[in-house]
Amino acid sequence: MTALTLYALTGAALIGLGLYGLIAARHLLRRIVAFNLLGSGLFLYLGAAGARGDGPDPVPQALIITGIVVALSASALAVGLLVAGARLSGRATLPEEAE
Amino acid sequence: MTFVLDAVLCALILGVAAATIAGHGVFRAIVFFIVYGLLVAVGWVRLGAVDVALAEAAIGAGLTGVLFLAAYGRLGREGAGGDAPAPAHLPAAMAGLGVTCALGWAWSALPLPDRPGPQLAEALPMSGVENPVTAVLLNFRAWDTLLESVVLLAALTGLWMLTRDAAWGGRIGLPQHVRPDGVMAGFGRVLPPLGLLVGVYLVYIGADRPGGAFQGGTVLAAVGLVAALAGAVRPPRIGATRWRAALVAGPLVFLLAGLAGAALGAGFLTLPPQIAGAALFAIEVALAASIAVTLAFLVLGPPEETITR
Amino acid sequence: MADVATVVLTGIGLFFFLAGTAGLMRFPDTFSRLHALTKADNLGLGFIALGVAFQAATWREVALLALIWALALLAAGTVSQLVARAALGEEETR
Repeated sequence: MTALTLYALTGAALIGLGLYGLIAARHLLRRIVAFNLLGSGLFLYLGAAGARGDGPDPVPQALIITGIVVALSASALAVGLLVAGARLSGRATLPEEAE
Repeated sequence: MTFVLDAVLCALILGVAAATIAGHGVFRAIVFFIVYGLLVAVGWVRLGAVDVALAEAAIGAGLTGVLFLAAYGRLGREGAGGDAPAPAHLPAAMAGLGVTCALGWAWSALPLPDRPGPQLAEALPMSGVENPVTAVLLNFRAWDTLLESVVLLAALTGLWMLTRDAAWGGRIGLPQHVRPDGVMAGFGRVLPPLGLLVGVYLVYIGADRPGGAFQGGTVLAAVGLVAALAGAVRPPRIGATRWRAALVAGPLVFLLAGLAGAALGAGFLTLPPQIAGAALFAIEVALAASIAVTLAFLVLGPPEETITR
Repeated sequence: MADVATVVLTGIGLFFFLAGTAGLMRFPDTFSRLHALTKADNLGLGFIALGVAFQAATWREVALLALIWALALLAAGTVSQLVARAALGEEETR
């Protein structure tokens, strides 16, 4: 097994972990964190795929940098929605999932 | 030997990620996520993608961590900071495992990519910069980056729409209470000059070596955040004209450069080699300024203090 | 010769990190854990930076390593003060 395969499989496992957290978590901030984990795993998989052959390919690298910045701005918007929702309802879970 | 290093690093990344998902408490999950970001940044260095490593360390671990911690604090004020117990979820586990296995299989079935190597090496001297990642970002795939700078602006607009009516016109973010002679106030005066230097250097060096508008802009945003958290500067009021100008400077200069390409007959967003160097430098500087201001405002969040009119 | 110095110095640095981590896990309260973490780990980082400096090709790299160590010291000192103050506030309200 090469190092690239190792990082790609790590990325794949991170995507699975993130997906689990996204579905299973109840607290919405934990869901946002899990979604970031999922995205980060996807970047790692893409980066490892782009580094095969002769050295890292700049095109996926540029896409990943763009993606990291977009992930932050989307997370900031999600966090803003969550805080506004919690201000109205007093909790950070979805209403249909409240126990 | 290096394979052992990679294997240990990957095991650490997965262990910390598992702790982020499965650990008890929202605060703990956030702290593990920050550690995770730092470890992944080391992973990017191991993959030879230094530009990505800089972005991941500054954004993934730094700004995202600040954003989540601040959100945790705000939720605590609303009485929603406590963790909601999440029972083990079998369908979610099967979905996660299934996606992981499918991606693992896809990796073994993935054909080797057509190398862009020779074409890129031929085109690079015409791009106006030496760093191939910067060349792709600002020249060869300029469309992606232009639209991304607009996405940042759209996210900030969306966030600001969530401001309560009573707080509109106030200073953005939570009001900060800092002891004027405390350590944080001192830190907020010592670090920003050095941070400014590093941020401007990263923007400037991005043309030839790892760095650029995104990494430098993020460092500059972090400098602004530290100064604001330490009470050294007060965040501007929401919608102040000068700061709105800073928000749109990047997309605007990018568009103007694209129109200049069209006027010179090369086509929209296609920069002819004779102006590429100067145009890319202008785009990089304006974009870094816009990214810095937008990211800092995104992390600070909408204004909270009620304005008395 | 330089390699020997690197191995010895980074080895000492790792030992301090190990000690700091043991303190973080074993000490009973926030203040003593902070004490273990900041003192031992900053010293360990200094030794590792010194060890890596022997591998540097230019004086510029040595200066950068020294700058990184100084910044880490500054950040660790500030953060430990802030954490200690927060912990103190929690104890007083208890």
